[in-house]
Amino acid sequence: MTLVPEFQYQRVFIEPWTTELGSHGLMALVTFLVGATCGLIGNFLILRRMALMGDAISHSVLPGIATAFLLTGSRGIGAMALGAVGAAFTTHLLIEIISRHSRIKPDAAIGIAFSTLFAAGVVLIAVFADRVDLDQDCVLNGELPMIPLEPSVRIGGLVLGPPPLVRLGCLWVGTVFLLLAFYKELLLSSFDPGLAACLGIPVGRVHHGLMLWLAMAVVASFEAVGAILVIALLILPGATASLLTEKMVPRLVWSLVHAALSAIAGMHLSVALDCSPAGASVVAGAGWFACAWVFSPVGGLIPAWWRRRRASSGGGGTVTGGD
Amino acid sequence: MTRPASITPRAQVLRGDFLKGWGIPAFRGAGPLLGLVLWLASTGEVEAAKIGDLAQVRWTDQAIRFITLADPAVRYACLGTVLLGVSCGLLGSFLVVRRMALLGDALSHAVLPGVALGFLWNLQKDPLVIFVGALAAGLAGAASVALITRTTRLKEDTALGMVLATFFGAGLCLMSMFQRLPTGNKSGIDTFLFGQAAALGPGDVGLMATVAGLVVVTLALGYKEFLLVSFDPGFARVLSLPTRGLERLLLLLLAFAVVSALQAVGVVLVSAMLIIPAATASLLTDRFHRMLAWSAAIGALSGLAGAFLSFLGTRLPTGPFMVLSAGVLFGLALVFAPGRGLLPRWLRQRSNRDRVARENTLKAIYQVLEAGGFTSESVPLEALAARRRVAVSEARSETRSLVVAGFATVVGDAVLLTPSGWQRACAIVRNHRLWELYLTHAASIAPDHVHDDAEKIEHVLGEATVRELERKLPKIDVDPHGRPIPSIPVPAAVPRSGGGAGERPVGYGGRRP
Repeated sequence: MTLVPEFQYQRVFIEPWTTELGSHGLMALVTFLVGATCGLIGNFLILRRMALMGDAISHSVLPGIATAFLLTGSRGIGAMALGAVGAAFTTHLLIEIISRHSRIKPDAAIGIAFSTLFAAGVVLIAVFADRVDLDQDCVLNGELPMIPLEPSVRIGGLVLGPPPLVRLGCLWVGTVFLLLAFYKELLLSSFDPGLAACLGIPVGRVHHGLMLWLAMAVVASFEAVGAILVIALLILPGATASLLTEKMVPRLVWSLVHAALSAIAGMHLSVALDCSPAGASVVAGAGWFACAWVFSPVGGLIPAWWRRRRASSGGGGTVTGGD
Repeated sequence: MTRPASITPRAQVLRGDFLKGWGIPAFRGAGPLLGLVLWLASTGEVEAAKIGDLAQVRWTDQAIRFITLADPAVRYACLGTVLLGVSCGLLGSFLVVRRMALLGDALSHAVLPGVALGFLWNLQKDPLVIFVGALAAGLAGAASVALITRTTRLKEDTALGMVLATFFGAGLCLMSMFQRLPTGNKSGIDTFLFGQAAALGPGDVGLMATVAGLVVVTLALGYKEFLLVSFDPGFARVLSLPTRGLERLLLLLLAFAVVSALQAVGVVLVSAMLIIPAATASLLTDRFHRMLAWSAAIGALSGLAGAFLSFLGTRLPTGPFMVLSAGVLFGLALVFAPGRGLLPRWLRQRSNRDRVARENTLKAIYQVLEAGGFTSESVPLEALAARRRVAVSEARSETRSLVVAGFATVVGDAVLLTPSGWQRACAIVRNHRLWELYLTHAASIAPDHVHDDAEKIEHVLGEATVRELERKLPKIDVDPHGRPIPSIPVPAAVPRSGGGAGERPVGYGGRRP
């Protein structure tokens, strides 16, 4: 058995869309929903320079999830919300206590809080391994391959799909809805908190709401992609979009496009290499980021280099002419 | 975790040539440590493979086994985690004081693809190959962060998060491919994620000892330069120190420390071992060299605690226990650190608050006496309460705290100051009125605007400041409101002699310009 399976066009590019649509297609759809939800939120995190808050929350939801499983024995929507709120609250509280009441700087405070909480989560999972329906592999890799095997949710005669798909779908619709409803507040408090406060926008409440929604999104994404890869899905779409355009609405649209493209490319990559689908979609997303980095018409490396070259040769010519 | 039997002979070979080959030259400065390593490596090679092979263990047996250092596996685990704690603690201090805690995070996650490629090299756990692979991946991660922040508009936090998660994802991909191989699951690669001190072999410990020695020697040789580059890079450049080179050296050492620690603490949590011990140390001291020592000690202690706790069960990972122990130590330091901890600070604030309250009561008593022209020696509680604008019961409890402090006695409903109370009252009133005088005289503030400021400053004026005020002000017998400024009486003096308007104030120690 070799490390990289033999490349077959049929298996890699055709079958995921035809015979394997029920498993690979479904995984890609779940990845897209995670990337779309997290990407939309991530745009605002990047604007607010809080990308590492995403890092912190995605690590620190683990004890929340583990405790919720231990207490309720299920991964229902109630346990999930409970875990998310608890984790977000604890992280926030710890960071506040450490950075406000000691000389520790905020960056170290974030690092201390989330890594201790994450360690506590892993310890909970390891010690109560027989009682928690989670293992260390799931924490890192997610359980994307398990999702198509779960029984579908049916409402009336309508088959909606496995529970994680339904959950993430609801979360995505909710995110879009909230974004439309509070777009102005979010935008203004991200770009100019002072002005936003002057105009009567409750900046603090917007911040806490965003953090809470982030925690919800991270917890919902947890079972798909695990605790660490979700950071990539939070940051990569927004970062790629910010290289492509300067306006906010196109940025949001581009980040959705990025999520879709990396879900599809990740699916093909994981089929081709037969590797972890979550990891593959992160690698694919990074690949799209690299493309935007090099080729973006706004500030990409090659267009910028081309423009500099033309400007320097043209500019040099006029200067010599003037002399 | 099952320790793979296949690696043991290889590890023994490694131990021999590794320490002789290039371990010793780099390690000249830390002889005793090296001796310890050699001693540990030379004893008991037979049982080394047995650790973790047992399906079920009683935790009491394991605890005894750990504490008595019964077999080489335990000794390797102890030594390895101590060395890890020392090198991570030392380098983490630089990260923490330079506010680059999250660079450590990114670097440590970015090594995963290198670890996986190191395994792929010859499909087994070869510490040296993995070390090189992980080092290359970590440095590539750090370089990509620098490249992204330099060539795009993305901020550093975004770049760090992106690189961290992307490299980690790539590593997970490689590992999932690797685990499909027949040998994949037995190779022990998964212990690299969360760490397994029990799986440390002589090769790993030798590598860690070399790195720790290198870190200690380099920091000792270039301590002054590293200190300067970390705290005042501008000044370091002015002195034409090679700042870029020193920073790169520090980064390289950091990568060495992270990569050598992987087997024991795991990729996911090694960054915490950089940050938490150093942050704890920064709570305990103000001096950087002491911080380094504390940080190394705390790192070593939490490493040992983590190894101990993970030995108690069968499949427990070491990294999380280590980080949790470090977190507990941090919490203890946050609350109890002498001087700056939450508890000492709260106690100090409370005693300050009590002192200010006492001084305000003393001042009110003085003012009541002054309003009566110092004709009586006792102050009725009602008058005090009226002056303080509180209820009589509150005035009674305020005087009770004066009595406890030895500043007053209560006879019936009247308060009498003791000599020390009288002295303190005069000092406070004097502070207050001197400050008012100073503000009107030196800062030309209107006399009706100076009271509130003086009300705050009277409690914190030290003796030196009071003397300076006395020297600077031309006339210090009457305040801007026309009231006399009292001198400080000698303790035995009776109240009445204190504040006569005609008397010449003598000031602290009788000095007067």
